[in-house]
Amino acid sequence: MKRRAALAATLALGGCSGVQTPLAPVADQAHSQYDLLLLMLWVCGIIYLLVLGFLVLGLWRARGGRAAAVAPLLEPADKRLGRLFAVWVAIIVVGLLLLAGGSFLVERSLAAAQADETLRVRVTAHQYWWRVAYRDPAGGGWVETANELHLPVGRTARIELGSADVIHSFWVPNISGKMDVIPGRANAIDLTPRRLGWFRGQCAEFCGPQHAHMAFDVKVETPAAFAAWLAVEARPARAPGNAEQARGMQVVTQGQCAMCHTVRGTAAAGRNGPDLTHIGSRRSIAAGALSMTRAHLQGWIANPQAIKPGTMMPAVTLSPADADAAAAYLESLK
Amino acid sequence: MTDDDITERARHDRLVAAWRDPPGLWGFLTTVDHKRIAARYIVTTMFLLFLAGMLALDMRLQLSAPDMHRMTPQLYDESFALHGSTMLFLVSVPVMEAMAIWLVPLMLGQRNLAFPRLAAFSYWLYLGGVLMLWIPHLLDVTPDLGWFEYPPLSGPAYSPGHRADVWAQMITFTEVAALAASVNIVATILKLRPPGMTLAKMPLFLWAMLVASLMTIFGLPAVMLATSMLISDRLVSTNFFSPAGGGDVLLFQHIWWFFGHPEVYIIFIPAVGFVSSIVETFSRRPIFGHAAMVLSMLAIGVLAFGLWVHHMFAVGLPRLGNDFYTAASLTIALPAGVQIFCWIATMVGGRPRLSVPMLWVAGFVVTFVIGGLSGVMTASAPLDLQLTDTYFVVAHFHYVLVGGAIFPLLGAFCYWFPKATGRLMSKRLGLVAFALIFGGFNLGFFPMHILGLWGMPRRIYTYGPEMGWGGLNLLATIGAAISVAGGIVFVIDAWRSFRRGAPAGTDPWGGSTLEWATASPPPPYNFDYTPAVDSLTPMWTSELIAYDGLGIDKRELLVTSVADAEPLYRQNSVGPSIWPLLASLGVAVLFVGSIFTPWAIVWGAIPVAIALTFWFWPTRDRATTGPFRKRTP
Repeated sequence: MKRRAALAATLALGGCSGVQTPLAPVADQAHSQYDLLLLMLWVCGIIYLLVLGFLVLGLWRARGGRAAAVAPLLEPADKRLGRLFAVWVAIIVVGLLLLAGGSFLVERSLAAAQADETLRVRVTAHQYWWRVAYRDPAGGGWVETANELHLPVGRTARIELGSADVIHSFWVPNISGKMDVIPGRANAIDLTPRRLGWFRGQCAEFCGPQHAHMAFDVKVETPAAFAAWLAVEARPARAPGNAEQARGMQVVTQGQCAMCHTVRGTAAAGRNGPDLTHIGSRRSIAAGALSMTRAHLQGWIANPQAIKPGTMMPAVTLSPADADAAAAYLESLK
Repeated sequence: MTDDDITERARHDRLVAAWRDPPGLWGFLTTVDHKRIAARYIVTTMFLLFLAGMLALDMRLQLSAPDMHRMTPQLYDESFALHGSTMLFLVSVPVMEAMAIWLVPLMLGQRNLAFPRLAAFSYWLYLGGVLMLWIPHLLDVTPDLGWFEYPPLSGPAYSPGHRADVWAQMITFTEVAALAASVNIVATILKLRPPGMTLAKMPLFLWAMLVASLMTIFGLPAVMLATSMLISDRLVSTNFFSPAGGGDVLLFQHIWWFFGHPEVYIIFIPAVGFVSSIVETFSRRPIFGHAAMVLSMLAIGVLAFGLWVHHMFAVGLPRLGNDFYTAASLTIALPAGVQIFCWIATMVGGRPRLSVPMLWVAGFVVTFVIGGLSGVMTASAPLDLQLTDTYFVVAHFHYVLVGGAIFPLLGAFCYWFPKATGRLMSKRLGLVAFALIFGGFNLGFFPMHILGLWGMPRRIYTYGPEMGWGGLNLLATIGAAISVAGGIVFVIDAWRSFRRGAPAGTDPWGGSTLEWATASPPPPYNFDYTPAVDSLTPMWTSELIAYDGLGIDKRELLVTSVADAEPLYRQNSVGPSIWPLLASLGVAVLFVGSIFTPWAIVWGAIPVAIALTFWFWPTRDRATTGPFRKRTP
């Protein structure tokens, strides 16, 4: 156990933040996969050492010099090697049976998680962002957000995956392995997080030029905090708090932004881009490309193609003052 | 005057007159000499290997630090698409066929392949595939979706323009070429074996090439189906892969990987042949467990077609199905483990001599076994969900393909170089090249396992500094650069040795198989007499027995029975012809035209039909029978 922890620490801590690695599992699914990885490393490590040892034995007596000068051994005595061969085959068979058995058990545990019927989350992958929708416990409608998934600790959530365009893959390594998001197919993945914190997910199937910037944040929180967050998300956008934000609201909800984005409670009801109703409360923008700050919002609005060349978001021509106001308004949408 | 009366010198001259090519450019374009065809295959693949290596280095520089901007995402995507497509379709598979085209007739003591013109056709069509990928690259119509292009991303809606078409037709070119080459190799091995070389006495190299070629014949039609369906979707809206039109995007993946997984073994099995030849010669004894080796190759050849789903564990198939493919994938570790054991046991039970080819074998074992074991990890469905599409997989398949195929290939290059050129390579430079390539490769690719476990997905053009991936990526880039330096040393060594290496003589290593019986380099007709075989290691057992009776004033081959290699009849062998080149030009027009209009398949068939008609115009004599007898020295 101690050695396991040490191995995990050595491997995981190198990865700096450790928020996107299967080596620091925080959920049942990732845990069982991690245990299987350790079993694999042991079995494969032992077999590799045996091969290396045997190879050293084979080359030990090797000499330089011309091979042609050495008479070939036409009838070598192979009795002992023959016995060793049988042992070797037995070792491989036992090792493979062990791994196949372990694999089967882990696969079964992944299938066994019973999703809590009330916690179903719809995640729709788009070229290059994630639409996330929860059932509103109060109203029963769908509450939309983007690029951020909140999960209550200790409960199993069933993520229902759909694609709006091409194939993507949903992956939060600390919580579970991948599930591809395939147009025309309804895939689902169960997640049972056991530890609080922020974790990172990323698209794992090449989906176009901005595949590299298609990440999302996952927050595992207490059930109470989760319920509070969802209640806030279900509300319409807050009203602007000052004149600048009011100007920003006008820009966002009556200008080009509204063609693609929704800000619930306003005139903006576009469906092509992420829902912006509570964007100010999110951790990052542009699918994990930038952290949520007013300066980043402004830069992103001014020239998205400079930050994510190939993104579907077009550059919007705004005066510096309007861009500033739009960023101020969006940042205020907590 | 009977043949017995003439001097060896006169006999040689008459054989050369019968088998040589016309001089100059015409000879270059019309040759059907398997050695010349193989040589141009190998030179082409080595040049492309260099280009693909440069692309790799370029991508490594882009990834060497976080947030690099030296490449745009588009350029990066084109680079990995070009690198992967080139390496898989234009280097790895063709170079193995080239080795077979060169070596199989020599190892059989024959004068040419079964279908000499088909071999020429294979090369020209393969060259068409090379130009199909690289000329569009010069015109900025480079494929940009990787070496497999999943729809719908590669479909008409998301990939307008001709990038995906170029990729798909490049595959059609190379696969038709590979099928032609494989049919040729299978026919040659099964029907042109020397008297006495029953299937039970067939060297492992020939078994390897037979199995790999049969796998090619079964596997490659699948990929042509996949890419043809994709082109149909793009060209005439067939909707095979479009869910909106009733198609299924996963259909492409199933067909693709039904080919794609065997593809790995089509590349690896020939390497089994190289390693077996090298280990046998330098351990100074027959390979331990010949039957076990043959059976394990056959087992791999069959199993490889039953585990393609392990490339698709994350697509959401039924879990019990995943478990079945997990078990099937793990099973293949057994024959692979048997092979590794047999090679090392051969060294342990023999009188091993170290040499540059043997070093490559050692490097192969050390590297390939890591790739095999990481393959065992990715074979497990639940674990693969964490590993697939990350750098762990990038590390895995480079360990398998570079460690398992390129290292043996370089060893084979050093091993047979004296036979092909008549000159020895430098031992010192060979050592330096090995150290740099082997060391650089492991330094560069081992850290990628860890990067994958730290969550780095493949096919991303950049990453943020907060991910903590910078250090290992820099190390990987340094390793790749060292490897490339080693490659340059290797090429310099080969070039220098080719120009002025020490003369090699007929048999510099004391080899065990028939190719060492003829001169280095072999004359156009390969063998004066038809050698006969009475063991697995004919060069070691006794005075070589030879048969006489094949024509010396015309091109003839000896056809024998499939299982027992009993001499059946003498077969006329065709001479130089321009029609394979013209036929492949016609096919190229058809293939390229069908990117733009479906009608190209109709009018493009006319020149192909004309070329094939002239190609097969019956001008040859019928096969002759005559005295074929054991030669009395």
